[in-house]
Amino acid sequence: MTRFFSRTPQFVLTGGLALIFLFPLVWATLASVAPQAGTRQTDGWGFGNYVTLAHYQAGIAQYLGNSLAISLMTVLFTLLASVTGGYAFAIFRFPGRDALFLLVLAILMVPYATLLIPLYVLLNSLGLQNSLVGLALVLSMFQLPFATFMMRISFEAVPAELREAALIDGCGSFRALQRVLIPAAKPGLITVGLFAFLAAWNDFITPLVLISDTGKLPLPLAVANLRGQVMGIVDYGATEAGVVVLALPCIVLFLALQRHYVRGFMSGALKG
Amino acid sequence: MTGRSLFTRRSLTGWAYATPTALFVLLFFIVPIGLVGRMSVSDWGLFAGNRGWNAPENFADAVDDRLFWPAVGFTVKYTLLTTVILLGLALGLALLVQESTRWNGLLRTSFLVPSALGLASASLLFYALYSPQASPFPGQIAFLGTPWSALWSTVALIVWRFAGFYMLLLLVGLQSIPGDVYEAARLDGSGRWQTFRHITLPLLRPSLALCTILCVTGSLLAFDQFYILTKGGPDNSTVTIVQLVYNMAFQGSNDLGRAAALSILVLAALLVVNILQFRTLRGREDR
Repeated sequence: MTRFFSRTPQFVLTGGLALIFLFPLVWATLASVAPQAGTRQTDGWGFGNYVTLAHYQAGIAQYLGNSLAISLMTVLFTLLASVTGGYAFAIFRFPGRDALFLLVLAILMVPYATLLIPLYVLLNSLGLQNSLVGLALVLSMFQLPFATFMMRISFEAVPAELREAALIDGCGSFRALQRVLIPAAKPGLITVGLFAFLAAWNDFITPLVLISDTGKLPLPLAVANLRGQVMGIVDYGATEAGVVVLALPCIVLFLALQRHYVRGFMSGALKG
Repeated sequence: MTGRSLFTRRSLTGWAYATPTALFVLLFFIVPIGLVGRMSVSDWGLFAGNRGWNAPENFADAVDDRLFWPAVGFTVKYTLLTTVILLGLALGLALLVQESTRWNGLLRTSFLVPSALGLASASLLFYALYSPQASPFPGQIAFLGTPWSALWSTVALIVWRFAGFYMLLLLVGLQSIPGDVYEAARLDGSGRWQTFRHITLPLLRPSLALCTILCVTGSLLAFDQFYILTKGGPDNSTVTIVQLVYNMAFQGSNDLGRAAALSILVLAALLVVNILQFRTLRGREDR
C-alpha cells in the first residue's frame, strides 16, 4: 500500500501522458456526434454528420466499397507474392536468387513520387488507368520489401526437420508449403496481411495520382475532398465523422491483432 | 548425374515460386525506373505525351523553379526538427514503459493507438482540431496561420502519430539488452544517469540507427500531412520537395518531364543521405 502511494506521482504523470495521446481520438469521436453550428447536427447530440457523409456525392457506401476492394485485393496480391517468394528465398537455391532479393529490398530506397510518375503513364498504356485492380497491384508492390523479408525469415525459422519430414512423407514442395510451412509461419502471415491492409486502406498519394474518376476514389481521398464542398466553407462535422469511419476499422484490427503483430515483430527483430 | 538433374529441378522449382515476385519487380519497379529515366530527359506533357528530347532543360527548369530552394530548405528544416523531437520522445516513452506491468501495458497501448491511423486520417483529424470553428481549444489560436505555427502544428501531428511506433522499435531494442549487464553496473555502483549514458545508449545504437534512418527518410519525403493540413501555405512557406514534384506533374504546369527530372534528383539525394547515415551510424558502432 505504501508502495502504491509512493508511486502515485508517477501514475499521475504517465496517466496524463497517456490521456494526451488518447485525447485527439476521443475528441474526434465526441465532436462527430456533438451539436455544432455549420453542420447538419446543430442542436442536440446525434448522427446528423454521418447522414451528411452518407449522402456525399456518390455516397459513402461507394467509397467504403472502393476502399475495401482495394485493401482486400492488396492483401491478396501481397500474400500471394510474399508467401511464394519468401518460400523460394528461404528454402531453394537458384541462380539470381540473391540479386532478386536485393532488387525487392531496393524498392524501399525509391521514393513513392519517383515511381508514381512513370506508373501513371505505364498503367495508362496497360489500360489500367482509373482501375482499382491497377491501384491494388501498385500498392502490393510497395508492400513487397517488408512482406517478402517477413515471410522469408518466418519460413527460415521453421525447423528444417519439420520440412524434411514432410518431403519424405511424399509431399511435393507445394504440399509441404501448404501443410507444414504456412501453419508454422502464421504470426508472420498475419503481420504481413495486417500491414498490407492498413497500408492500402490509408494510402493517400498513390490513389491521388492514379485515380481521377471521382466514383472510384477510396475513402481518405473522398473525405479530404469533402472539406471543400460548398465554396470553401468546410463542414467540420462531416470531416470528423469521416475520420471516425476511417480510423475505426484500423483501431479495431490493431487492437484485436496486437498480440500476433507484436510477436511477428519480435521474432523478426531477434533474427535481424 | 542424378545429383545434377536434381539440382536443376530444384532450382527450377525455386524460380517457379519466385516468379510472382519477379513479375511484380519487373513490371512495377524495373520498368517504371527505366521509364522515369527516359521521361526525365524528354519533353513529356501530362496529356500530350512524349514530344522528344529535352535533356538538360528539364533538370535546369526543375532547379530554377521559384519554389525549389525554399522547398529544399523547408524539407530539411522539417526533417531535423521532427527527427530530434520524435526520437527523443520515443526513447523517453520506451524507457518509461519498459518494465512489463499491467499499468505499463495500458500505457504502451495508449501511445501506440495513434499509429494505427493512416497519416491522411490523422491529418484530417488535426485539420478539424486546429480549425477556428471546431477546435476544442479556448480562444482563437491560429494554428496554421503563420509559417512558424504551421510548421510546429504539423510537427505536433507527426509526433502524436509516430511516437508510439518508434517507441515500439526502441522497446524491442531495450528488451534485447541482457539483464545481467544492468546488474553488473548496479554492483559497480553506477547511478541511473551513468547506466543510461554508458550502457543503455551504446547497446541501443542499432535500434536508434534504424529509427533515425526511417524517420529521416520518411520526413524528407513528407507529403500527405502538408497536402491536407497546410496545402503548402501560408504563402507557400510549407511546400515540401515531394509536393513540388506533385504540383509540377499534376497541377498547373502538367509537365511530367520536369517532374520526373526533379524526382530523380530527390532519389539521388535520398541515396546520398542514406549512404552517409549508414556510414556514420555504423562507423560509430565499430569504434
